[in-house]
Amino acid sequence: MPLTGIEIFKLLPKTNCGECGVPTCLAFAMSLASGKVELAACPHVSEEAKEKLAEASAPPILPVTIGTGESALKIGGETVMFRHEKRFENPPGIAILIKDTMDEAEIKARLEKASQFQYERVGLTLRPELVAVKGESGDPAKFEGVVGQAKQKGGLSLILMSDNPDVLAAGLKACASEKPLLYAATRDNIDRVAELAKENSCPVAVKAAGLEELAELTTKLTQAGLKNIVLDSGARTTRQAFEDQVIIRSAALNKKFRPFGFPTITFPCEMTDDPMKEAVIASMFIAKYGGIIVLSDFRGESLFPLLVERMNIFTDPQRPLATSEGIYEIGGPTENSPVLITTNFSLTYFLVSGYLETSRVPSWLLVKDTEGLSVMTAWAAGKFSADVIAPFVKKCGIESKIKHRKLVIPGYAAVESGGLEEELPDWQILIGPREGAHIPAYVKAWTP
Amino acid sequence: MAFEIPKTVYTGKIKEIKLGQGDKAVIVGGETAYPFYLFEGEMPHPPRIAMEVYDCPPEEWPEAALEPFSGVTDDPVAWAKKCIDDYGAEMICLQLLSTDPNGLDRGADEAAQVVKKVADAIDVPLIVWGTANHDKDVEVFRRVAELCHGKNLIIGPVEEGDHKQIGAAAIAYQHTVIASTPIDINLAKQLNILLGNLGVPDELIIMDPTVSGIGYGIEYAYSVMERMRMAALTQQDEKLQFPIICNIAKEVWKTREVKIPETEDPKMGDAKKRGILLEAMSAMCLLLAGADVLIMRHPEAIKLIREMITELTTK
Repeated sequence: MPLTGIEIFKLLPKTNCGECGVPTCLAFAMSLASGKVELAACPHVSEEAKEKLAEASAPPILPVTIGTGESALKIGGETVMFRHEKRFENPPGIAILIKDTMDEAEIKARLEKASQFQYERVGLTLRPELVAVKGESGDPAKFEGVVGQAKQKGGLSLILMSDNPDVLAAGLKACASEKPLLYAATRDNIDRVAELAKENSCPVAVKAAGLEELAELTTKLTQAGLKNIVLDSGARTTRQAFEDQVIIRSAALNKKFRPFGFPTITFPCEMTDDPMKEAVIASMFIAKYGGIIVLSDFRGESLFPLLVERMNIFTDPQRPLATSEGIYEIGGPTENSPVLITTNFSLTYFLVSGYLETSRVPSWLLVKDTEGLSVMTAWAAGKFSADVIAPFVKKCGIESKIKHRKLVIPGYAAVESGGLEEELPDWQILIGPREGAHIPAYVKAWTP
Repeated sequence: MAFEIPKTVYTGKIKEIKLGQGDKAVIVGGETAYPFYLFEGEMPHPPRIAMEVYDCPPEEWPEAALEPFSGVTDDPVAWAKKCIDDYGAEMICLQLLSTDPNGLDRGADEAAQVVKKVADAIDVPLIVWGTANHDKDVEVFRRVAELCHGKNLIIGPVEEGDHKQIGAAAIAYQHTVIASTPIDINLAKQLNILLGNLGVPDELIIMDPTVSGIGYGIEYAYSVMERMRMAALTQQDEKLQFPIICNIAKEVWKTREVKIPETEDPKMGDAKKRGILLEAMSAMCLLLAGADVLIMRHPEAIKLIREMITELTTK
């Protein structure tokens, strides 16, 4: 729990010197508590106070980075139990499992999937970030070889899986510079795995048998000076794994229980043999606190929904998703196809474009930037009125693509039709349906 | 290391309501903790799944959604029976698609006769979902309520604009109302208050927060439902202590993403499995947010979700 302004005030020099730019120490403390200023602005604060304040301001769940460079994955850093309280910060990484006992073709195919399965949505690229290489053979050389292959593929962060420190060390030989996640330190191998993590400055996961042991083991790692830790309570039943995720998050946030102040790793791949069930379990971990989700394989039919769900749940509730302004071609429109206009709230866009596709009537969809507001709210806020729609219609270039001059506006913006007819004298303004569901019937009846 | 499990302090409880009548009636609600937080409180009645039946043959459903019901989609009674006999449905939701004034615009009498036939043919609770056109729904539900007196149907969506008329019919003929509001906790509370003022007893109210599927704004429904549960359980907001119903299947199966064939976009994988998973995963999210009743379509999605409910509620 962060310190309050008064608690911070007690640690300050209380000289009211004003050198920090704020007239009094109390005012400075208040600004500090609300995150408006940095402690460094106070030139007279004691070392002891600095330490206490730093400790108190450390995030309750530490962020952990796996990998390096642009494709590095950052997880953890969460501050709330419920997304509406602020937002969820770092989406869980999604991993494909590769066992070093798989045949060459299978390993290649999986690496290919891990880098090829990417999806464009609202201008964002959705993709899985991780490859988990499991040392199933127990043969360090074999493991090293497969890890090397995964490293060569590039663009993916790595998880090295083995409870044998020799195998992990072999894997590290192939990819230490990539800062892979070591999975895992257990009660039996913790000293050696901690040593490996330290030598190679790699993040390390702890696998325990239950929450108590988990707390013991992470405490041991932090005492050894490690901070990049990932938690696995060991639970592999739906009920227990769900419960552990909630308890770990709650202990870290609500009780400031430091041993659990790290992101988690989950294994739907070890919880069922049915790929469909595995996907549903994974969807649970996306909503309920998984930091990494390891899947037995990637299949388009499950990976795509999971990635979209992840985007949805991790959208900042205060910042709606928007799509970019422009002309969208739906179903190969011609110069005699209908032209419709809507706003750039991503849901509005998805619904309208979806209904247009359903209608099978090729159409031009103009999407006006309304700062991510839906038709009704954008209209009420003056961001979807005749004086902003008209210049956009003129400039967007639609006039050169069509022969007719008919513009269909959303039913909820009907009152703008008069203004639009004035601003766009060449155009005939048609009032479309209010509800997206009625678009197919409307465009089917439309004639140029 | 001594580790004490942190526990949320709950001060409220979700109301228990009975849906349907007779041996197959189900009770939902009664939670004293967040969904599936069994280490903190009780979830005495597991969430239930109602299977969808349409009162006219559906158009534009992908093959994957039609195939399990082939041969019965033009007969709501046979369809409902198939759901119960072949797929083990514990509730049925009859979607009155035919009454849509922008569609077939079937008359209230005719629609109500179909509801009656289905209600008479089955013994599990029956949800009847209208078109959200106030004038038409009022007309239809007045007839439905009267004809099915004593069945304790679950009827809706009941919105602010038609709550007086449909609410009165529900009181007169003893049916449960689905209090429906557009993804807004304050409007939900207000409608529950209005229904209370009208005289609808608490045990005849279930809330519909308006839901959508993955990729279509599920995060809005998800957070509104979490806020409802938080207010109900930790802030003693009595007017939000009602069970929640989610009409999710039709939202999922109408999207573009369930229809794209694998041949068109191989990275999207098998279309049938994708549809099933979009439905099941959307349902999973809503369960975690507080759904007490899910209205679902595909038997395989239902099977997956039933398993998850069983596993999450078995200590």
